Amino acid sequence: MDILNFNEIIEKYPKEKRYTLAILQDLQMNFNYIPKDALKALSHYLDTPISKLYSMATFYKALSLSPKGKNIITVCDGTACHVRSSSVLIDELHKCLDIKPGETTKDGIFTLQTVNCLGSCAIAPAMVINDKYYGKVTPSAIKEILKQYGGEIDER
Amino acid sequence: MSDKRVVYVCCDTGCLANGSMEIFNEIVKNVESLNIDLSVKTIVKPTGCNGLCEKGPVVKIEPDGISYFKVKASDVEEIINKTILKGEVINRLLYYEPVLKRRVKSHKESEFFKRQLKIALRNVGEIDPENIEDYKNNMGYLALEKALFHMSRKDIIEEISKSGLRGRGGAGFPTGTKWKQCDSIDSFPKYVVCNGDEGDPGAFMDRSIMEGDPHSVIEGMIICAYAIGANQGFAYIRDEYSLAIISMEKALIDARKYGYLGDDILGSGFSFDIQIVRGGGAFVCGESTALMASIEGSVGEPRAKYIHSVEKGLWGQPTVLNNVETWANVPIIINNGCEWFSAIGTKKSKGTKVFSLVGKVKNTGLVEVPMGTSLRELIYDIGGGIIGDRKFKGVQIGGPSGGCIPEEYLDLSVDYDSLKEADSMMGSGGMIVMDDRTCMVDVARYYLKFLSEESCGKCVPCREGIKRMLDIINDICEGRGKEEDIETLKEVAETVSEASLCGLGKSAPNPVISTLKYFQEEYKEHIFNKRCRAGVCKELTTFYIDADMCRGCGLCKMNCPSEAIFGDLKKMHFIDINKCSKCGSCINTCNFDAVKVR
Repeated sequence: MDILNFNEIIEKYPKEKRYTLAILQDLQMNFNYIPKDALKALSHYLDTPISKLYSMATFYKALSLSPKGKNIITVCDGTACHVRSSSVLIDELHKCLDIKPGETTKDGIFTLQTVNCLGSCAIAPAMVINDKYYGKVTPSAIKEILKQYGGEIDER
Repeated sequence: MSDKRVVYVCCDTGCLANGSMEIFNEIVKNVESLNIDLSVKTIVKPTGCNGLCEKGPVVKIEPDGISYFKVKASDVEEIINKTILKGEVINRLLYYEPVLKRRVKSHKESEFFKRQLKIALRNVGEIDPENIEDYKNNMGYLALEKALFHMSRKDIIEEISKSGLRGRGGAGFPTGTKWKQCDSIDSFPKYVVCNGDEGDPGAFMDRSIMEGDPHSVIEGMIICAYAIGANQGFAYIRDEYSLAIISMEKALIDARKYGYLGDDILGSGFSFDIQIVRGGGAFVCGESTALMASIEGSVGEPRAKYIHSVEKGLWGQPTVLNNVETWANVPIIINNGCEWFSAIGTKKSKGTKVFSLVGKVKNTGLVEVPMGTSLRELIYDIGGGIIGDRKFKGVQIGGPSGGCIPEEYLDLSVDYDSLKEADSMMGSGGMIVMDDRTCMVDVARYYLKFLSEESCGKCVPCREGIKRMLDIINDICEGRGKEEDIETLKEVAETVSEASLCGLGKSAPNPVISTLKYFQEEYKEHIFNKRCRAGVCKELTTFYIDADMCRGCGLCKMNCPSEAIFGDLKKMHFIDINKCSKCGSCINTCNFDAVKVR
């Protein structure tokens, strides 16, 4: 990835502090994480200490400083999903992919993460892979769903 | 066919997950190919949520007043041929009303809808949210015209004050008072903010309003801005709500085009515009001062509120911040008058409240009822009771700041003050119904885990106190509970609620306090008997199949992801505890109550 690329994103915004979060989000969306060099460039552009940007990047859950996998599995662990056994889904995914929430598989195909509510409580427990929503997911459906994304599933 | 038919397809997040976009496209394609005279052509429109997400995707046909539920793409051809061309009703797609024990033609005939009163959700599910003309045809922007040309600024604030509208975000602060305070401060610029950072897990009414009726929020904000003299507004929307952001953005563009936003609104000389700010996925940003810090481009940490944000808010200037649902109430109050609004509800809680009725209840979805409706009516009459007719255990209201209410309080009137008395709170209106398969200690653990992750870490009582409580409850759930744990929990809870800086910390112990108060038996069972009666805490749970109850249907075996269940058809099944992952799929699927917790 070249420097021009993230500079283009950064320079779309005026040099004002209030756009910091928006710029960070655009970077995140573009790269799936925020590269260190982009953070440095932004620090220079907004004339803000890099420590401030680092603190934002680690504070907001939507931002990540490490690269994510090709497919991002987001399991909703909102209350409605929790009482309908979302933690069982997380256990099942852990069993299949050998990753815990926040981790990425070694082959870089899946990242597993949880979210505190997708607002899709009526179809709980809910799970999203990339942009596709899955509602009323059961543990026994997990393997079938994962297969559609071509991951190697550990059949233990 | 003489009348123009309109087909509404719900395209809200819930229905989309069930494939409503495919149905929408299929209907559009079929209708276009019908080659009917344009004057009577059927129009297909996407709408927001009609509330009963459980039974989605939902397709409505007007003016016939027909509602179809759980529609599949393969049903589209029949809908076109029978209903749209001939006006015939397809019986099997109608909603089965469990109380009346028959299918009903329109959803409006069902108990779920009949008992509701839709004010904030008046347009959601009824109009195409992307079409400003649809909103205008439903009295949209009339309130703004009335406010701009027929009312003084003072009149507007007075009208909202007299209506008794209180903040729908949780604390229930009187909206009119907030506006009045902000108006009285002589410092400019002033700001108007919409809090769309709906972080309470289990609540999604704000998402639904922003997706299904964005103009009502925008109109409410413009009216307030005019009343207090603000020229800039912000709508802070949760990052997870991508559809809501798109819908609000489109609505803002249209509102500008029609002259409702921008310079010299409708020639009144008043100028105002709104900018969208995407949240960053931090629960604490739903707290007003943290939200403002986030808009300013900082880390979303709250500050002590000895100076209110109506005085010094965004960039130190006077700011009115209201929740999405509150904003959506404003235009209709201006249109219908404060007397109309204040006639609804209880003495101190006026109007209606939207609840997201979720969890172990049959009809999950969004419901709007007058304040003062009883929990029993909400859960049993509207919600249809507990899934599988299991035993009701409790209902959690108010998200992580609220509390769990047990069965003996089912006749409690739902309003700001009654809920507070029962050690819960209105919160944003998440209502999570729990049955005997829900472990109340685990519920407390869930909220503590949530809050420990979401605590911003600025003040010690919240950061460390929540963590300590979580450690204790983890021990209890994993079989290491000690006799003194309950006392320690109470003590820490008290300290956290007294000494924390912001609302998040102050209310963080509520789930612990309320479960300890109403469900202490379960805590004791975990600590002394090392047993989790709901079969949720894995370390304390062993499932087994009751020989007398098992009919050998094989359903549990089929649903077991760990292949831990053995047995031949029509013979007794048994669970291999060495293979069992204790997920509970078997107990949830068994129709004969044969799976038990040891």
